[in-house]
Amino acid sequence: MTSIEPAPLLSLEHAEKSFGAVHALEDGVVDLYAGEVHGLVGENGAGKSTLVKILAGVHRPDAGRLLLDGEEAIFDNAKQSQEAGIAIIFQEPTLFPDLTVAENIFVGVQPLKRFRRIDGRRMRREAGAVFDQLGVRLDPDRVARGLSIADQQLVEIGKALTTNARVIVMDEPTAALATTEVERLFGIVEALRARGNAVLFVSHRLEEIFAICRRVTVMRDGRHILTRPTAELTVQSVIRAMVGRDMDALFPKVAAEQGPVVLKVERLTREGAFTDVSFEVRRGEIVALAGLVGAGRTEVARAIFGIDRFDAGSVEVGGRRLRPGSPTLAMAAGVGLVPEDRRQQGLVMDFSIERNVALASLDHVRRAGVIPRGAERRFAKDWALRLQLKYSKLTSPVWTLSGGNQQKVVLAKWLARQPSVLIVDEPTRGIDVGTKAEVHRLLSELAAQGVAVLMISSELPEVLGMADRILVLFEGRVTREFSRAEATEDAIMQAATGLVDQAA
Amino acid sequence: MTTIAEEKAVLEPQQRSHHVAEVLLRFRELGIVLALVLVVAGAAIVNTNFVSLTNVQQILSGAAIIALLAIGETVVIITRNVDLSVGSVLGISAYATGVLYVHHPHVSLAVVFLVALGVGVVCGVVNGAIVTIARVPSLVVTLGTLYIIRGIDGAWAGGNQVNASMLPTSFNRIGYGTLAGIPYLAIIAGVAVAIATYAMRSFRTARDFYAIGSDPPAARLAGIPVGSRVFLAFVLSGGIAGIAGAVWLSLYGSVDAIAGVGYEFQVITAVVVGGVAIFGGSGTVLGAALGALLLNTINSALDVVNISSFWTSAIAGALLIAAIAFDRLIAVRVAPALRTRRSSRG
Repeated sequence: MTSIEPAPLLSLEHAEKSFGAVHALEDGVVDLYAGEVHGLVGENGAGKSTLVKILAGVHRPDAGRLLLDGEEAIFDNAKQSQEAGIAIIFQEPTLFPDLTVAENIFVGVQPLKRFRRIDGRRMRREAGAVFDQLGVRLDPDRVARGLSIADQQLVEIGKALTTNARVIVMDEPTAALATTEVERLFGIVEALRARGNAVLFVSHRLEEIFAICRRVTVMRDGRHILTRPTAELTVQSVIRAMVGRDMDALFPKVAAEQGPVVLKVERLTREGAFTDVSFEVRRGEIVALAGLVGAGRTEVARAIFGIDRFDAGSVEVGGRRLRPGSPTLAMAAGVGLVPEDRRQQGLVMDFSIERNVALASLDHVRRAGVIPRGAERRFAKDWALRLQLKYSKLTSPVWTLSGGNQQKVVLAKWLARQPSVLIVDEPTRGIDVGTKAEVHRLLSELAAQGVAVLMISSELPEVLGMADRILVLFEGRVTREFSRAEATEDAIMQAATGLVDQAA
Repeated sequence: MTTIAEEKAVLEPQQRSHHVAEVLLRFRELGIVLALVLVVAGAAIVNTNFVSLTNVQQILSGAAIIALLAIGETVVIITRNVDLSVGSVLGISAYATGVLYVHHPHVSLAVVFLVALGVGVVCGVVNGAIVTIARVPSLVVTLGTLYIIRGIDGAWAGGNQVNASMLPTSFNRIGYGTLAGIPYLAIIAGVAVAIATYAMRSFRTARDFYAIGSDPPAARLAGIPVGSRVFLAFVLSGGIAGIAGAVWLSLYGSVDAIAGVGYEFQVITAVVVGGVAIFGGSGTVLGAALGALLLNTINSALDVVNISSFWTSAIAGALLIAAIAFDRLIAVRVAPALRTRRSSRG
């Protein structure tokens, strides 16, 4: 760094943020200069989103300082951050669908004429002028409902420009964009930079970072790792900085004998979500679907289980083709799904532990259409014991349990059906370390007992520690397949960010 | 990979269907006017008395009360809330107005309307405070106040009734008087609807109502004071229902404890038929007022063509469902055209 650099427009120093026992951010550091596009990269869970939300005024840091123009600033809410000249463009913007584009840009700050009436003509004219400035065509009078993500981002950018924001943070803006839209966005980012704005560009796609950013900050496990000019870095060195950590011995992998193919997915395609996904899972095998958030992993799982329909391809369980779009049939065929969001999709939070455990096995518990409480309780108790569930009373609502024990209830619910295929989506997200190991042990044992396990996970150590085979998805396609022996964090990360040599 | 030219080719027909959809949505009012014309024409063919001056005046006066209430209800529904207490507020305000005249026969019109407004505002403040401070869903809160206010009204009125004879002519004339053949009530409602329609377009506060109903969390993020705006919406609705109570008394001339029972459903039906989205965010006061007029006209038309009045509510209900189905249909038909270009990723 040369000493003639002016002071940064914005700098965040050693910010910390915890949510309960989870340290989302332990050392958040970033500095932005006027006229600079600055990249921010890191794995899932590295703390990028928390950092962005601190800048947005959504979260208040527990410790650390935020300097704007060298002066300390603290934001209690989003409004204060906006007024300080910071604008955030989220991956999926939150526009008002019923208001017009112009109204969305000027919400709360509409230009006024006499008697405090809104000057609609001026509002439309200024909105149009902003889009002209950005070199895009967007009708200020159309309602926001149905705008493409790219266009919604434009509206947010327009909002940023009309409020004279100096710092513009883009949180994975390209994740949902088509190639041409990404090019258009790059043009706009360049225009913003040329105007003297500071742009923080958060992205998973390293080639984008290297294409438009002057400097890049790498985060890992909630900590700042490095900030360097992109010219001094290579894609490889950034990836190494992103993943460079020790493998912990958390994974009690049990060697399991592998049997015949149980789950066979062939050329599965759902438009806009994933394309041409094929793989097999054998009896006793754990196959991991790795990739970044938004790569289409959950969507594949939902399609296999029949929650979403698919446009092409087939799913076979035990040699029989599953009819698409029916979770009931998938369950009857022996498939279980432990969803990513257990509070919303995995459990009925207000139901008791016993009712949640028995929920997927009511056919088994039911006698002549009636569910006897006693049978339900015995059933639940049996499974609670097997999974070493820690609870006070089986009749307590399931929300009284810790995250890890809640996950065990979801697992129990499915294990009680003795599935032949179990799909687990982020099985240990938000679970403390001890229970995590228990969940891992359970999955491992299940495989040993002959269940075919398909595991979706964003945690590379978990993937490397648990899986027999690893499939990496990038933007809805399988980019690479690794055996347990050949997989490394670097290689998976490369495949997950789309950096695969064309031969692969 | 999709080329730019290809993408354009795909996009253009989509853009056209946007416009069709937007035109349909924006000219919802036009559809109601069309339905009105059909109903009037149909009824007039069967019985020419339907378009007689008296009958038309009666329809307009009746619709005026519902249209007035619909103004406040529209504001509340646009914020993704609902006010079920409007019928009870109208009832208690009408009775209060009557009692005021019984005790002070020479009180001026201005004072009468201020009292009616005051009664309504108090009710609105109670609704708004419970909804925004205690954060109880408005459906429950106003269902509660619907019964509470009606209960107070009943205890107060007992079996008493205020008759037209106890009311001054100047007041009664509001109900039956006409200007160039148009009932005063219709003029009052028309002016109120015009002012409200303009205001809902032209003031920041009013646009905030739409934003709140469109996406409440986003409204909070955008720095809109959601609580105080929702509170204001309930106060407006209460105040308007209060004034409507005095107007109601002038039209019907006598009031007891059951004035305005069930009006809330007529009002909400009118609002929804008039194109206000039941989950907030869109719709106009003008549409809601036209909805009120349409419902009242249908009632009267059924009467004229000798269909049992029992059918009236069935038809109002069918119309309500048709209106919602229509909105849903448009949403479903338009959705593919409005879908984002995610799927065309290169």
